[in-house]
Formats: sequence, C-alpha cells, structure tokens
Amino acid sequence: MINSSSDNVKKLNSINRRMFITGSVKFFIMIGLVSRLFFLQVKENKKYLTLSDKNRIREWKLAPVRGEFHDYFGNVIAGNFEAYQLHIIPEQVEDFRYVIYRIKDLLELSDKEFKRIIKKKNEIKSWETLIVSDNLSWKKFSKINNHLYDLNGVKPVISISRNYPFGSNFTHVIGYVSQANEQDIENNEAIKKNFVPGLKIGKVGLEKSFENKLIGSNDIERYEVNAYGRRISQLEFQKGEKGKSLRLTVDTKVQQLSNELLKDQAGSICVMDIYTGEVIAMHSSPSFDPNLFVFGISQDDWQIIRNDPMKPLVNKTLQGNYSPGSTIKPIVALSALENGIINTNFTVNCRGHKHPLELYGQTYHCWKKEGHGFVNLRNAMKQSCDNYFYEIARKLGVDRLSETAKKFGLGKEVFGNLFNIEKKGLIPNTQWKKNALGQSWVLGETVITGIGQGYIQTTPIQLCLMTAQIANGGYKIYPKIVMDDENKVSPIDKFTPLYKNSKNIKIVQDAMFASTNEVRGTSYRSRIDDPKYQFAGKTGTAQVKKITERDRELDLKTFQIPYEERDHALYIAYGPYKNPRYAVSILVEHGGNGSTTAAPMAKKLFKTIIDRHQLRESINNKKYLDI
Amino acid sequence: MYQHNRLTTNNFNFFSKLANFDYVLMACILLLGLISLATMYSTDGGKILFHTKSHFTKLIVFTIMMLIFSFVNIKFWFSIGYFFYVIIIGLLIWTYLFGIKSSGSQRWIDLYFINLQPSELMKICIILCLAKYFHRMKLENVNSLYAILSSLIIILLPMGLVIVQPDLGTSLLISISGLAVLWFAGINHKYFIYTMIGFLISLPFIISFLKPYQKLRVLTFLNPDRDPLGAGYQIIQSKIAVGSGGIFGKGFLKGTQSYLEFLPEKHTDFIFTLFSEEFGFVGSVILLLIYAIIIYRIVAIGAQSRSYFAKLFCYSFAASIFVYITINMSMVLGLLPIVGSPLPIMSYGGSSMLATMIGFGIVMSAKVHSQQSIA
Repeated sequence: MINSSSDNVKKLNSINRRMFITGSVKFFIMIGLVSRLFFLQVKENKKYLTLSDKNRIREWKLAPVRGEFHDYFGNVIAGNFEAYQLHIIPEQVEDFRYVIYRIKDLLELSDKEFKRIIKKKNEIKSWETLIVSDNLSWKKFSKINNHLYDLNGVKPVISISRNYPFGSNFTHVIGYVSQANEQDIENNEAIKKNFVPGLKIGKVGLEKSFENKLIGSNDIERYEVNAYGRRISQLEFQKGEKGKSLRLTVDTKVQQLSNELLKDQAGSICVMDIYTGEVIAMHSSPSFDPNLFVFGISQDDWQIIRNDPMKPLVNKTLQGNYSPGSTIKPIVALSALENGIINTNFTVNCRGHKHPLELYGQTYHCWKKEGHGFVNLRNAMKQSCDNYFYEIARKLGVDRLSETAKKFGLGKEVFGNLFNIEKKGLIPNTQWKKNALGQSWVLGETVITGIGQGYIQTTPIQLCLMTAQIANGGYKIYPKIVMDDENKVSPIDKFTPLYKNSKNIKIVQDAMFASTNEVRGTSYRSRIDDPKYQFAGKTGTAQVKKITERDRELDLKTFQIPYEERDHALYIAYGPYKNPRYAVSILVEHGGNGSTTAAPMAKKLFKTIIDRHQLRESINNKKYLDI
Repeated sequence: MYQHNRLTTNNFNFFSKLANFDYVLMACILLLGLISLATMYSTDGGKILFHTKSHFTKLIVFTIMMLIFSFVNIKFWFSIGYFFYVIIIGLLIWTYLFGIKSSGSQRWIDLYFINLQPSELMKICIILCLAKYFHRMKLENVNSLYAILSSLIIILLPMGLVIVQPDLGTSLLISISGLAVLWFAGINHKYFIYTMIGFLISLPFIISFLKPYQKLRVLTFLNPDRDPLGAGYQIIQSKIAVGSGGIFGKGFLKGTQSYLEFLPEKHTDFIFTLFSEEFGFVGSVILLLIYAIIIYRIVAIGAQSRSYFAKLFCYSFAASIFVYITINMSMVLGLLPIVGSPLPIMSYGGSSMLATMIGFGIVMSAKVHSQQSIA
C-alpha cells in the first residue's frame, strides 16, 4: 500500500512536471500564432488588402470616343455616329437556340454570317457579351425592338462609331479607321493603353498621324467579380475623355469641287494659301469610301478597290512621283536669272522639228512641229518653248538648277513627317547620279531636266508649294493642313526670301501671267479676264514614254493613244494675279495635254476659291472679335 | 475536513453534480458554438442554408450528449476504454472494406441516419484507451519494452488503417494524440528525442513514399508562388483573406474573399480564414483566447482530479486539442503544409464535432466526479 502510494506520488510528480513543460510549450506556440496573425493582419495588411482588391475588382474598358475632324469652317468631316448594335449575353437567354434562330429570321442573316455568330458564341464565356451585329440599319434595329418581348436576353445597344459624312471626298486627307490589329497595338503606346476588343484606329492619313490626340481615353467600369470571373456588382464608372478634335485648313466646298473635276480620272488637285501655307484642298483621284472600312470591308468591295487600274489606294498628291514636265520651267527660268546666265532679252531661235537641238548624236525636239522662231524668256514661257529651255538649262548646268529647285521645296517632303506615306520626289544633280547610279552626269540629261523630263520627279503637292512660293514673291512658307495650336512656335525661317533678286521673281510671275492671259499662251483658252479671278499659270505635259520618230510622224491625238501611254497633264497656277493669294497644282494622269485637260480645271477652281476667300477671311476676323 | 467529507460521498446526487459542473468551460464551449454558427451562416452567404442548419442541429444534439456524458461517472469511461477502442478499430476495418468512396478516399461509413468518419472518433478513443492502459502501471514499468511496444501497437494499428484510406492528416493527429498520452504517462523523454531525430533523418525517405499530390503540397508549402493557380492557390488565397482582414476585419458577412468564392474549403479546414477575414486580428485573438481558456480549464480539471486516469485523459486531451488548433491555424496562415485537419467545433463536420464533444463530455465528467478514485 505504501509502495503503491509512493509510486502514485512519483507518477503525479512526473505527470505534473511534464504538464508544466507542455504548458510552457503551448504558451510559446500560442504567442507564435498570435504574432503570425499580427504579421499578416496588421503589418502586411496593406499588401494583402491590395491583393484582395486585385482578386475581386476587375476593370472593363469601353472603347473611347474618337475626336472629330472639322474643316476650316467647322463642318464635321470625320465624326461619330450612333451605330445600332445587337448584343446577347448567352447565360441570360433561356433558350438560346430559339432566340438565335428568331434573330436570324428577323435580321435575314445569311447562313455564312449565322455560322460565324455561332462560332463566336462558342468561343466566349456564357456571361460575356456576344455581338451579333455591329451596325444594323435603323429599320432592322426597330424591327428587333418591336420583337423584344420574345427575345429574352437580347440587348439592342447604341454605340458610337466613326462616320465620314462626305464619303470619298476626304479619304486621301484624313484616311480612315478600322479595327486595330496586333501590329498597331505593339507599335503605339496610346493604342496599347486604350485598347479594347473592336477598337477602331486610324490606318492611314491624318487619322493615323494624329492617332494619339484623336484616340481619347476609355470609359472604365469597375466590377466586383467572383473567383470564376462572373460580375457581381458594379462598383464605379469612370468617364473617359473624348479624343481631341482637330480643325483642318481644308475647305469642304473646294475639296468637293476637286472631287468633281477629277471624276472618272486619275489625278490630283492641291490648293494652297500662298502666305499661310494652309492647304485649302488636297485631293487624289480616284478615291474610295472610307466608311466601308469602319466595320471591316467586305472582300468584294476590297477587290474592287484593289484591282482598279486607276489605283484609288495610292495617294497621288503625296505619293505620286511624276515628271513635272513644263511646270518646272518657271524654276529653270528663275534659276537662270538668279545665276545671271540670261536676262530678259536673251533669245533662242526655235526652228521646229526639222532643226532640233543636237548634242552628241542625240536630238532634242520642241513640242511644236513648226517651231516658235526667235523667243525671249517671256515668250518662251508663254508658249512653253522647249528649245529655249534646252538652251538655258545647258548653260545653267544641272547643279545650279537643282539648288534653286530644292530651295523652292522640290525634292523633299512638304509636310515633313506628318504623312508617313509622303514621297520625296527627286531633284537630280551630278553628285546624286554618281552616288545613286555610279555614273557621270551627261549634258543631255541636263537639257531634258530643263523641261522637266528625265530623272527629275516631283509630287503634286511639291509643285503646289513651289507655285505658292513663286506667287508670294519668293518667300519660304510651311504648308499645313491642320490648324496649329495657339502656342506652337512657327519655324524661324518662315518668310525668309528664297531669291537673290526679287526682280527675278517678278519676271517669272509676269511670264506665267503671259502664258495664261495672252494670245498664244498655252493656257490662254482657260483664262479669266475678270481681274478678280484672273490667274497666272504654267501648263505641263509629262511624257510617260520616249517619243519615237514614228510617234512624231504619226502625231496622234490623245484619244488615239492607249491609256497607259498617254502623257500626264499638269497645270500650276496662282491667283488672283493682281493680289495673289492662292496657288493650285493640278495633275491628270494620262490626261494628254496640260493646256487642254488640266488648265480648264484651274479656271473652275479659281472661281470657287476666290469667291470663298471673303468667307474664309471672315472666319478669321470673327475669331479675333470673339476674344 | 472538507476533503474527507467529500471522500466518503461516493454516491453523487444530481444537484451536487450540477454544482460541481465547470461553468467556465461550458460557457466557452457554448460561445465557441455560437461563433461557429455565425461563421457557418457567413459561409452560406448570409443565408440559413444547408451548412448552417446542419451545423446547428449537430451542435444542439452533441451538446446535449456532452451534458449527458458529464453526468456519467468517470469510472464508466475508464471501464469502457478498451471496448471503445476495439469498436472503433472494427469500424475502421469496416470503413476499409465497405466505406463510402468520395473524391479518391474511403473515409466514411453509412450508418443510415448519419455518415460517420471513424478516424475522427479514433482521435479521442486512442487517448481513452492509452490512459486506461497506463492508469495502473507503475512508473518503472512504463519504460519497459513491453509497455512501449504494446502502446506503440495501440497507436500504429489505427494509424495504419487511416493511412490506407488514405488520410495522412488524421492519422498524424491520431498518432499525436497517442504520443501525448505516452508523454504524460512518463515514457523517457529520450525516446521522444530519438524518435524525433529518427523522424527527421528518415524524412527524405518518407517524402519519397508520399503520393504525388502530397509531395506537391510540401513543395507548395515551401514556395506557394510555384503554382499560384494550381497547388498554391489555396494557401495564397487563404493568406490574402487573413491578411486583408486587418485589425478589425471586413465585418460580418462582408468577407470578400469568401463571399466571392476565392476561398477553398471554407466550411471545413479553412473556416478560420473566413472568420479571420471578417473579424480581423482582434476577432482572431479573441477566438484563440477562447480556445486557450478551454485548454486551460481542461488542464485545470485534470489537475483537480483525484484519479490518475482522469488526469492523464485531461492533459492528453488538452494537448491534442491544442495540436489540432495549432496545426489547422498554422496551415491556413501558411506556416505548415496543407494537411486535412479541422478546427475543433468551428469546422463543419459531424464526426469531428462528435469526437470533440465526447472528449469534452469525459472531461466534464472528470470535473463532476473529480473526487472519484479509480481502483
């Protein structure tokens, strides 16, 4: 009994001792747990709170509203319209099959379209939006609305989309928008930031150049979602900003007229303010309807545009490298005068096709079979005598000619890097030929450069700038098509003289006047006698192929030659002559002859331009009055 | 004098039993029950749905059962120790042979009115059995080879039966409960140290025997960001839930992690996460405090008990409860790999609650009959 009780005591001592040890261990473990809780919940709380919000809050971005384009007078030329769309959230539809077939009937969907919708439906989650149609006509949209009672879960939605009210008129100025592809997203931060599926971005033209300004910012919807991504409730709606609208210098009326003039012809018309450099109109023909691209162009439409022999996709004003033909003659004359090669009395005897200019076995003909006889500068320009210009070009040399030409804006991009498609053209000189072709310049090339043939190539917009700078008295201007921000500094060398002697400019201007307004001038028939509209210009006919002796003998009329072999018709002009304000350049591809095809267009253009001058001025004056 | 008086009264009447009742322990258990109900209500998304109803029913039934158990003399619990063990072993074998298969394991038996998980009951049963085994043993005999071997067999038999289910977590908890008894019974602490060292050395081999998903859990524990949407998902989301709770929590029924279904297993093993998210650091510490009081009261009851059996049972049970809580919380707080271990009373699950309530019942019985000596 004593043994057993002493054992009991020992046992109790042992168990109590161990209980004490255990108790202490428990205490410290408890402390450990509490400190872990403290660490997670108090110290690291912010981190985990953020993570928890990241878990539960998801943002949905909506497409931003794109900025608009306005013409000089504030008319919308690229705006937004309400597109009628049809959305379905599949999980909200009780009987999807029934509803989708019902919609198929109502919208008269083709089997192909129907299959595409079904395919799209299978790709998305049941609570995501299925866009059945992104641009319904009002008729179909209202039809759907009338049948909504048995279309559960179908949502007619009005969404904002791009619209070009003037259709093809401005395509080559502002371009068009279309769905962004992966490359667009990768190359542009602004697009990346604002990207939502179906976002439309500028693909060409100013829509592309000013993408970052136009795009605006997304509306953002914040939703609470569960672990499976289902939206539970909307937490916030953050209104995005509409993209910046841009005012262009373009006058819609003149632009429309340009479209009409070049209808069914390939070519280009540019109109420019000779002092401010504002582009009043800039058209390349043929054009196409940019609205076709907004919701994705159909294969048929695309093939029509792509395969058109007149190449509507090419912006001829900016991308077209053409031989300037005789329109280069004012610059050749100016260069010769500036360099003291000739004076106004210098004469050349043009003796027609029987006595062409001969250099090293090559012959160079004037365009006029009979010849012009003795011509001085004024007469040579007026009648566009090639022999005269062969002679002064030969005396001048190509290097001095190219110097003057470059000064007046030829051979480089007129808009800088505004349009990434703009071509430089080519003003050749001896150095260029050595570098590019590895050959020495030959005199014959100088001679034909003098009448704008050979290597020399210019774009219609360059010719327009050249004309404007001759017209304004020989001062440098910077063409622009978008109205500047008020705070933008104009370049320092704006309005610096491009001439050595202003008298030389006057001589060239006078010669151009003669060409249009005096008997035997090449564009005499297109003249306007009313001094209000009177303009001065220079025709040009650029050969697209070498004229052979046979051609010369045949002396075919334009319509008798195959289209591709016809000459390009060009015309540059400025007016009103007494107090010049606007410069024009016109190019008609394979139009035959500058004086018969291009010059008459200028007549119509100047009528409109000058009639609208007052209006244009008043807009500016009004602006100052308001402030 | 007083003690002597108590010694002689062998027949306790109902009122003296009621007077001996541990009301602090009782209050804490009821409070825990209430908290668990509220939490369950929250897991149901703030509605009284299946889990809440079921949990409520079990809570009522098992609490009444516990009260009844506490009026049963501690001698009875002593006497059924082995019998109870044999029954549960039988049930485990039954489970192995005819159990209900669900999600790749066979842990349940169908008792027609209730699905029972015998492995949970084994957690309490093994303490009862071993406490009885060591009750009469002299201290010098405790460290004999015979005693150690037979007690190890008592532990390893159910462990093996649970491991084949497979249920590593519960089998570990069973062994820990058993080892707790051995520790309090006075087995030389060297053996524990040797076992620990042996375990650590053989750990790499043990890991090589683990099932792929168990290996994954260990790897995930070591680096949860290894596979944040797969194996690491549970622990990452759990830590986010707890961490985002902050000091005062997001508020009752406002735990976004659970409400928006980011939390896995929120009814059972991860119930603490939800509680902690909604009630924050303060709430969690209060919950821990309640558990601490419960453990403290159990230990205190053990200390007051006259019989060695009651002492051994109470101490071991307290240690086991403590281990369950620690393992569960360490798991959800990212301190341990994920092993299936419920939080006593809080977690949804009848068998686990039944076992815990049986344990509380016996402890309460030890308190009521603290002066009862067992021959």
